[in-house]
Amino acid sequence: MSKVYINSVACISAQKTFDNSTFLDEVIAHDSNVISVVSPNYKEFIPPAAARRMAKGIKMGVVASKLALQEAGLENVDAIITGTGMGCVVDSEKFLSKLIDNNEEYLTPTSFVQSTHNTVGGQIALAIQCKGYNFTYVHCSTSFESAVIDAKLQLENNEEENILVGGVDESGEHTIKVHSLINHIKSENVKSSELLKSNTVGAVFSEGASFSVLSNKKQNTSYAEIADTQTFNTLPEKALEKTALDFLKENNLELSEVDVIILGNNGDIDFDHYYDVLSSGILKNTQQVYYKHLSGEHNTVSGFGFWLASNLLKRQEIPEIVKLNQKDISTIKTVLIYNQYRGENHSFSLLRKC
Amino acid sequence: MDALKEELKNKIIEQLNLEDVTVDEIADNDPLFGEGLGLDSIDALELIVMLDKDYGIKLSDPKEGKKIFESVETMASYISENSSK
Repeated sequence: MSKVYINSVACISAQKTFDNSTFLDEVIAHDSNVISVVSPNYKEFIPPAAARRMAKGIKMGVVASKLALQEAGLENVDAIITGTGMGCVVDSEKFLSKLIDNNEEYLTPTSFVQSTHNTVGGQIALAIQCKGYNFTYVHCSTSFESAVIDAKLQLENNEEENILVGGVDESGEHTIKVHSLINHIKSENVKSSELLKSNTVGAVFSEGASFSVLSNKKQNTSYAEIADTQTFNTLPEKALEKTALDFLKENNLELSEVDVIILGNNGDIDFDHYYDVLSSGILKNTQQVYYKHLSGEHNTVSGFGFWLASNLLKRQEIPEIVKLNQKDISTIKTVLIYNQYRGENHSFSLLRKC
Repeated sequence: MDALKEELKNKIIEQLNLEDVTVDEIADNDPLFGEGLGLDSIDALELIVMLDKDYGIKLSDPKEGKKIFESVETMASYISENSSK
């Protein structure tokens, strides 16, 4: 079986992460319960005729994929695999609102055409004229990991050589309202630096896109090797430690060999205890890192976690802003990522220095 | 008639999301499709729905549409002659 390498990373998030010449050097301190992305200049990447029909999520996905291709030194790939929890909600909301407002008459095609979950994957394929395998996974907070698993299987078996893999989710006005009503979004504004001390229910919602070129050929732009990714739709809290240990064992790793654990704490008092099980249990002596105070929460935000892990491994530095504790590490060789959302759709991923 | 042309230009820009185009840049006789504004078949569907919704005109013959949507001038003439609203 071939190894799988991350040959490029591109991340559009609530921080200026789309520019890989910096690594969280300047951090934007948010003070809100819903945060938006720091957008690159989309016009530099998307022709005006195409851009006029694209909502923000599509633009984010298309530009992140172009940045990933650029960094990997490629113009095309063998396959495109996308993960999205909510798909193109802006156009879905637009289409459904028109359906109601116009009493099911006068329906126009644009927002309907652009509203499907696989629009982003389709638009990327159109932009680069990729006629290969194109698949979109919609699995809530494991959508991104599902895309990674698919790509990894194909690359390990040498079915493809370069695959564009990513996750994208955008904020829609109505969706935000609904999630606020059911307390999935915090009712109060929260400062980024105080997210984990908020002691309230809900998360700070956001949006974003992250794409990478995964390949079974290592190159000089390679960030890391993806050793393993596993997802669990349900996972009881009491089974968490054993599951983590089993995951490491399957990868021939001892607990002490994990240099950094990246946790997806989002400040939701009802669900952060899943992370606490690991951070105050078996991984209490490991360097702990978190990121959702910078990125906010959305279904494919674990793509930000991958971006962060890839950079930690390539740059061999951990920005102070993401540290949950202070441990001395000489070399970062192995990074474990754990994420879950509202106690469901858990994922463990293991990245190695390459 | 001039007010209707102005109204149509605004609606075309807004509904077709022509971000970089202003009303002043659309001349009354500029072709809407092809060389002029560069609209395409999806835009044509949007314009057909606009005629129906905003002016009460239902287009059933596609050949008719080709003439009507030639320019803002032709659209305005057709609407002023056929509008039921």
